[in-house]
Amino acid sequence: MPAAIEFLKVSRRFGSVKAVDEVDLTIAPGEFFALLGPSGSGKTTCLRLIAGFEQPSSGHVLLDAADVTGVPPYERNVNTVFQDYALFPHMSVAENVAYGLRVRGVASEERRKRAEEMLALVQLEGMGERSPLQLSGGQKQRVALARALINHPAVLLLDEPLGALDLKLREAMQIELKNLQRKLKITFVYVTHDQGEALSMADRVAVFDRGRIEQLDTPRGLYMRPRTAFVARFVGGANVVEGELAQRLNGTARAFAIRAEAMALDGAARDGAVGCAATVIDVQYHGASSRWQVRTEDGSVLAVVRPESGSGSTHHEIGSKVFVSWPANQMVPLEAT
Amino acid sequence: MTSATAAAVTAGGSVGREVSTFFYRRSTFYLLLLLLPPLLWLGTVYLGSLFALLLQSFYAIDEFTATVVPKVTLATYRQLFSHPANVDIILRTLGMAIAVTIASAAIAFPLANYMARYASPRMKAFLYVGVMLPMWTSYLVKVYAWRLILAKQGILSWILTTVGVEPVLEAALRTPVIGGPSLASSYLGMFIVFVYMWLPFMILPLAAALERVPQSMIQASADLGARPGQTFRNVILPLALPGLAAGSIFTFSLTLGDYIIPSVVGAPGYFIGMMVYQQQGTAGNIPLAAAFSVVPIILISVYLTLARRLGAFDAL
Repeated sequence: MPAAIEFLKVSRRFGSVKAVDEVDLTIAPGEFFALLGPSGSGKTTCLRLIAGFEQPSSGHVLLDAADVTGVPPYERNVNTVFQDYALFPHMSVAENVAYGLRVRGVASEERRKRAEEMLALVQLEGMGERSPLQLSGGQKQRVALARALINHPAVLLLDEPLGALDLKLREAMQIELKNLQRKLKITFVYVTHDQGEALSMADRVAVFDRGRIEQLDTPRGLYMRPRTAFVARFVGGANVVEGELAQRLNGTARAFAIRAEAMALDGAARDGAVGCAATVIDVQYHGASSRWQVRTEDGSVLAVVRPESGSGSTHHEIGSKVFVSWPANQMVPLEAT
Repeated sequence: MTSATAAAVTAGGSVGREVSTFFYRRSTFYLLLLLLPPLLWLGTVYLGSLFALLLQSFYAIDEFTATVVPKVTLATYRQLFSHPANVDIILRTLGMAIAVTIASAAIAFPLANYMARYASPRMKAFLYVGVMLPMWTSYLVKVYAWRLILAKQGILSWILTTVGVEPVLEAALRTPVIGGPSLASSYLGMFIVFVYMWLPFMILPLAAALERVPQSMIQASADLGARPGQTFRNVILPLALPGLAAGSIFTFSLTLGDYIIPSVVGAPGYFIGMMVYQQQGTAGNIPLAAAFSVVPIILISVYLTLARRLGAFDAL
């Protein structure tokens, strides 16, 4: 089966800025693929290149093995859920959902029927007559989803679709979107700056930084084996130890990552573990766990996450002298960038 | 804050402080005070004179003494609508206003769309100034300049002759109703001057309305399979309709009320504005002048009702 989406050395420049810099990418049919990165990293531009709102400055974009460079959005079998939903305010919910059928000349009776089916799919039965202006954020989100799915696209593009929703609703929608994708077996390309969202939903994640893909891997792969310091920090919130401290602890100056929850925090040095003395500079209580910030003697700041034991015996006050350590096999060597 | 500094703040500028507190705690009173001058202006000077005008139209003039008889009658309106010449004037003015409005909209839309959506910030500033620049020049100067431009030996006919398309101009001038001996003395010429004069009033509200249409909505339309023409009809045009309505109210009502352009440029037929001017000036028939000026008010009310029915204000 040909790839659903393929990027061949795709670049997109805006003046002197390289928003996307020679990106190669292959997304398989039916995959839930996340583009993750901070703002300005090029992930949204990649999405817009797939939709056809942007054209590559160089390179080729292939959809289902066909080169779509120069093909306008209305001739691509790809639909988008926009960050601001972009619902048409002068049309009812049903008219919004049926818009893709209307511009293709589908008869109005058929349009009405299929719009109602789509609304049922996103659990908005009977809301067709309302104006989009009367809907809540979560409902608008569902209408945008129904509207994008009515043409049965091969690929659904989602541009930070949950960004405007509150936390509770966002978590519910994450599950719902994932279920919808399993049910419809459509390729989802999901742009987000929230690593939790990418890790929990996607089959594979491409981490973007400054127009390039830093690492492309499964969520577990990204988390457990970050390739670069950027990925370790951005995706896992992991500690990156480099320079003198790395030399002292690991015998080599090469930087390594160590996940915050792999670390232990003790009052005294532990035998057989890698570690060093440090001072607690901050504690955050998270309920199920607590997060400490400690400063080592050479000035690096490390984060330590420990599950709540219940006894309170592992508590260390700000300013107390502690010893941080971790199993040697948990250190992930990083590539220099 | 210590108690000493708190006391100092309360004591300092006590009268100003009390006045400020008084207004702050009675915000309705404060609002009323602010609104009083404009309300007085609107209520007495503006609406009052409009009411006086309406009242005048229900009076009639005594044929012998040529004085206004302050008695309510429909005689003036009967006179207005029973004379075929008067009905002609109304239809002529209405036809011109409709033509000018449609032409302005057709010319303004591409430019406004470019200004709102595609122009770089510098280009946009340049175009906005360019659109407004003619409005900084005297109205009369522009009208008389146009008479020279459109004259038989004027620059426009010279250009058309030089380019070799004067048969087109001649054919246009030979066309009944809109034609005439020259552009300067034809309805076609008058139409051109009207469109020139009122175009900025169409471009500016239209550009403002188009600027408010989010780019993502246009992209969403294309994304769902709409070709550019379909996106224009289904999304851009409906969302720009309030701006189009606002602009057309300007061009329509300005054309209905103008009396200078028809008297300087164009064929000799009368327009509503000219009749108002003449009836209340030379002829001294204030009631008929008032009745004539009620006509545009009615026409615009009808126009607004139609626009509302068509949903022009739904997207507001």
